[in-house]
Amino acid sequence: MEAQNTIEPITMAEFIPQVLRFKQEGWHVVQICAGRIPEGYELSYSFGRDYDMRTLRLAVAEDETVPSITQAYPGAFLQENEAAELFGVHIVGITQDYRGKLYRIAKETPFKQKG
Amino acid sequence: MAKQSIVPFGPQHPVLPEPVHLDLVLEDEVVVKAVPSIGFVHRGLEKLVETKDYKEYVYIAERVCGICSFGHGMGYCQCLEKIMDIDIPPRAKYLRTIWMEMSRIHSHLLWLGLLADAMGFESLFMQSWKLREEVLDLFDATTGGRVIFSVNCVGGVLKDMDDSMLKRIVDTVTDMEKELRPIAETFLRDYTVGTRLHGLGMLSAEHAKMMGAVGPMLRASGVSYDARKLGYAAYGDLDFEPVTAADGDSFARCEVRIREIFQSIGLIRQAAAKIPAGPIAVPVKGNPNGEHFMRIEQPRGEAIYYVKANGSKFIERFRLRTPTTSNIPPMLEMLKGCQLADVALLILTIDPCISCTER
Amino acid sequence: MAKTKLAKSPWMLHYDGSSCNGCDIEVLACTTPRYDIERFGIINTGDPFQADILLITGGVNFQSESVIKQIYTQMPDPKVVVAVGICACTGGVFKDCYNIKGGIDTVIPVDVYVPGCAARPQAIIDGVVKALEILQQKREAYAAHRRQGKA
Repeated sequence: MEAQNTIEPITMAEFIPQVLRFKQEGWHVVQICAGRIPEGYELSYSFGRDYDMRTLRLAVAEDETVPSITQAYPGAFLQENEAAELFGVHIVGITQDYRGKLYRIAKETPFKQKG
Repeated sequence: MAKQSIVPFGPQHPVLPEPVHLDLVLEDEVVVKAVPSIGFVHRGLEKLVETKDYKEYVYIAERVCGICSFGHGMGYCQCLEKIMDIDIPPRAKYLRTIWMEMSRIHSHLLWLGLLADAMGFESLFMQSWKLREEVLDLFDATTGGRVIFSVNCVGGVLKDMDDSMLKRIVDTVTDMEKELRPIAETFLRDYTVGTRLHGLGMLSAEHAKMMGAVGPMLRASGVSYDARKLGYAAYGDLDFEPVTAADGDSFARCEVRIREIFQSIGLIRQAAAKIPAGPIAVPVKGNPNGEHFMRIEQPRGEAIYYVKANGSKFIERFRLRTPTTSNIPPMLEMLKGCQLADVALLILTIDPCISCTER
Repeated sequence: MAKTKLAKSPWMLHYDGSSCNGCDIEVLACTTPRYDIERFGIINTGDPFQADILLITGGVNFQSESVIKQIYTQMPDPKVVVAVGICACTGGVFKDCYNIKGGIDTVIPVDVYVPGCAARPQAIIDGVVKALEILQQKREAYAAHRRQGKA
């Protein structure tokens, strides 16, 4: 079976409207992932419907804040907390914010630095 | 309003083999809220990818979890094969499928045993695990390991099975099918099991989808979604339909897993009949450059593997979204309104794998 | 006599330090019919207050450290600790991870090391039987110590 599996760059202004559109169209959150790029972070939000998957790619600067999608998708809180804790991405408005106490690791934001 | 109290649950708990901690907010005996706190088995394996050769990391990916180990190795390799545009030989695809389905059988039997144990049904636990040993023997004979196999590599698999081994596998699973029937009968017909599971932890199809439930948990709520239908490995050539149940309660989840064991036995038989001759791996040259999201149906549900490579032999980012990560939010919803005594059983019905989740 | 009986019916507690689950299920598999560790009189318990043998799998991370210490202090004396799997012995493949401290012996004293990834049930049983001998020695030393104290 051929299914859609795409990565689509998106700007911060379009991000939340697009997430809400996904919600209306019946897509669900598949995964949320953070990565490190020289200018800051790149966040990948994957949404699925049936066998299709579309990933929104958001580039954010190191000190930029990112709105949480947990208002629309409450189930996303674990993965958003994880990105915030391991990378130090500033995600605001998570419905169940652990504030860096999800894994309670000794080292702060271990994924922020290379190597 | 009744007085609220908070009861800590875990991390060391007789029912759960793995550590997870929940703060349960109770009103009398009824749970109103559950707040998970994890991190007891967090190791930081995703970070290790930056310092290991990408071919070496296969062995680390397998050790994310000792139950889903084969699938993790396979998911990571498939992701890299996609990025590097490697077409692996058909025989390797079939071998992967056979091992994957054997993993599913062993994982589901393991879960059935734990479920029986959680209900205090000890003989059923022993019976399930006794049967599971048969699959582990096959793993031992084909790969040399019982829980960690290390047979996947980028570009194919490392070990082949000859015809006599394939016959032995088919014979063994056929025998297992016979032995499984009375066990399945007990789970599905026994009065005690029924009273414990029927109507417990209801999850509607709509809710399951929106909260992100995956795998048997999603299918037990009546949603027909199985990532194997995407046709990776040899699944595109095999004939099967996702197993679903309509009720969305704990009993439905048990039923789905039992029927999936029978389905896996069928799939192994199909794959063993169709397996083509030929090489089992292709040589891999160069380093990966690019990124890809790979979806795989693990025994516990859909897992996502993400690899971002930059052309060097060290991979920039590896991300693994495991089934349990996705199943925890719906589980927290299910816990609301249940009795304190049912909490352990309910947690078990999602088939939690904490070492996968925390990596 | 009480001192000879302990090693004939020890109760076992299992805790997952931060393992991959592989050794955990092998420990559980030891209690099932094929391997049947219960023939040594062992009962798998979930209560640290009743346990004589502690089987720990996986390395220690910064959060499980306090849990392991707590379980260990809750167990009554004499007690033995078996580190199951290479991660519990030294940290294994996880040794380089940022959140792993190392083997179990960085937190509590370990009596028997069972290597392997994952440790096979036969090896685990062997380790437990060795632990029983140590438990018996500890028990005798403990009894002798108490007699001296009374005298």
